[in-house]
Amino acid sequence: MVPPKSQRLLIATLAIAALISAFSGRIDAYLLDVALGAGISIVLASSLNLINGFTGQFSLGHAGFMAVGAYASAMLTTTLAPKLMGQTELLQWVVFPLSLVAGGLLSALVGVAVGAPSLRLKGDYLAIVTLGFGEIIKVILQNLDAVGGARGLTGIHTHTSLFWVFGSAAVTVYVVWSLLNSTFGRGFVAVADDEVAAEAMGLNSTHYKITAFVVGSFFAGVAGGLYAHLKGYLNPSGFSFDKSIEIVVMVILGGMGRHSGVIVAAVLLTALTEVLRSFGNYRMIVYSVLLIILMLTRPQGLFIWPLKKRKST
Amino acid sequence: MTEFLQQLLNGISLGAIYALIALGYTMVYGVLRFINFAHSDVFMIGSYVGWFALQRFQFQQPSFLGGITVLTLDMAVCALLGVLIEKLAYKPLRNRSTLTVLITAIGVSLLIQNLAQNQKFGFGPNPKAFPPLFPSKQLQFGDLTLSTNQLAVPIVTLGLLAILYWIVHCTRTGTAMRALSFNATAASLVGINNDRIISFTFALGSSLAGAGGVLYAMNYPSIDPLMGTMPGLKAFVAAVLGGIGNLPGAALGGVLIGLVETFVSGTRLSTFRDAIAFAILIAILLFRPAGLLGKLKVEKV
Repeated sequence: MVPPKSQRLLIATLAIAALISAFSGRIDAYLLDVALGAGISIVLASSLNLINGFTGQFSLGHAGFMAVGAYASAMLTTTLAPKLMGQTELLQWVVFPLSLVAGGLLSALVGVAVGAPSLRLKGDYLAIVTLGFGEIIKVILQNLDAVGGARGLTGIHTHTSLFWVFGSAAVTVYVVWSLLNSTFGRGFVAVADDEVAAEAMGLNSTHYKITAFVVGSFFAGVAGGLYAHLKGYLNPSGFSFDKSIEIVVMVILGGMGRHSGVIVAAVLLTALTEVLRSFGNYRMIVYSVLLIILMLTRPQGLFIWPLKKRKST
Repeated sequence: MTEFLQQLLNGISLGAIYALIALGYTMVYGVLRFINFAHSDVFMIGSYVGWFALQRFQFQQPSFLGGITVLTLDMAVCALLGVLIEKLAYKPLRNRSTLTVLITAIGVSLLIQNLAQNQKFGFGPNPKAFPPLFPSKQLQFGDLTLSTNQLAVPIVTLGLLAILYWIVHCTRTGTAMRALSFNATAASLVGINNDRIISFTFALGSSLAGAGGVLYAMNYPSIDPLMGTMPGLKAFVAAVLGGIGNLPGAALGGVLIGLVETFVSGTRLSTFRDAIAFAILIAILLFRPAGLLGKLKVEKV
């Protein structure tokens, strides 16, 4: 059962997003860009949190799923939709959200294809296999001439607005949150805590892992679609290992398996990127040092909220 | 036929380098049970150390002795680097969860890569041309053209493998290494200093990666700070293919991956060659997770 409070919260967030979005023309363009980036980061980090944090499956291929969603939705809005119905106002309000969902669905489909065989593996093996899949997706995109290949895909309409980004972020957080707080969802945490014990209690751990993977990659795909229609340009090299790491760092910084911590971390890291922009090349150095120090001193994450139900081991 | 032989030789040459890197992965996995992501960057640093050494000494003519000196120096520096990484980043994390160590390893790898890319602290992002290491000559066997450089890689690799075999199987330290990878607790009970052996393992693995870096740069004479990533990942695949923790397996896996990659490069699918290694990895993990030469361990609860 989902407590109605969370639904009210979701609707309130959507309303606020729509309201602010109406005035987005008055917001400083630079600030708006950063805010949109932060919103997309929230979608990415929250969805990865379901896989890495709550279900305990270390995935290093999130950027790959993001790429699938980004390309799929971009192809839909730039090529397919105008062919079918021409340039209409509908494009932004009907086709765009549909393309986001379609991108997410395709990404989820790839998630099943990747997850079903590889989720039998654990820990570092799974990390390497997901990394490998991410690279394979990148290589395939680079060789697919239909989507621009290594030159990238240009001329994507920039439909992404504050409403869509924060609406998606709110939906993502809501879905992940309510999934985990359902009777079914307690199983995710059980699988993460002790797979053998969970199996002994009659939970089908593979089923849980794949579900987490599919839901996670669906939202990664949605985030990709948002990203594509924000930047207007896609390049396979933008979805490299580095991007996956960036999302992983958000999840770890926020504390694996904490909702609010991960959201804060996603916003914080996006802002940090902007602050470090003047330092240019030092950004990744700071990132990596941050990662190492964090692991050495606070592997449980920066923001520790009092835990009610789950003890960390 | 000639082309086949040519490709075979190229493949073995490339595979030998993968084998050298894979041995480092496998050894570290054997004693610590985690993937040392920073290993591929030690490989990269290895080529840069070789580059600096060659610049510094300014050999008029690449000589055989000079090449060996550079190689040895390079291995020593990389061994030190490996131990340094282990002491600073991994030692404080003993007995922590695998995930923590894995993430730290990724962090170390990113740190080295980005420091190396930095203009001020590192080498800068632009590729550098690697000067010839050994005197090279083209040999002609009928239609088959061989460069001595291509032959040098498997020969040096075989030499290093022989030394490695001797260390692991005929010395006390090597015995301790094997004992440690068999059962760490039992090893410390019989008086083995685990920390010392782990450091030694890192030194050994990193020196092999360093040698691999120089040899790779000799065959593909352009080096840059990100050059380690792909060979590193492929070498890891090689280690898994052969059975991780298994030394002959790593060598075999390296040569196999090198061969497959070279032959794929020769076909129409050449642009997919980076994906091939991962496809092999996924297939091997699905059908024979213990690797070609590894033994499957049953997990006890």
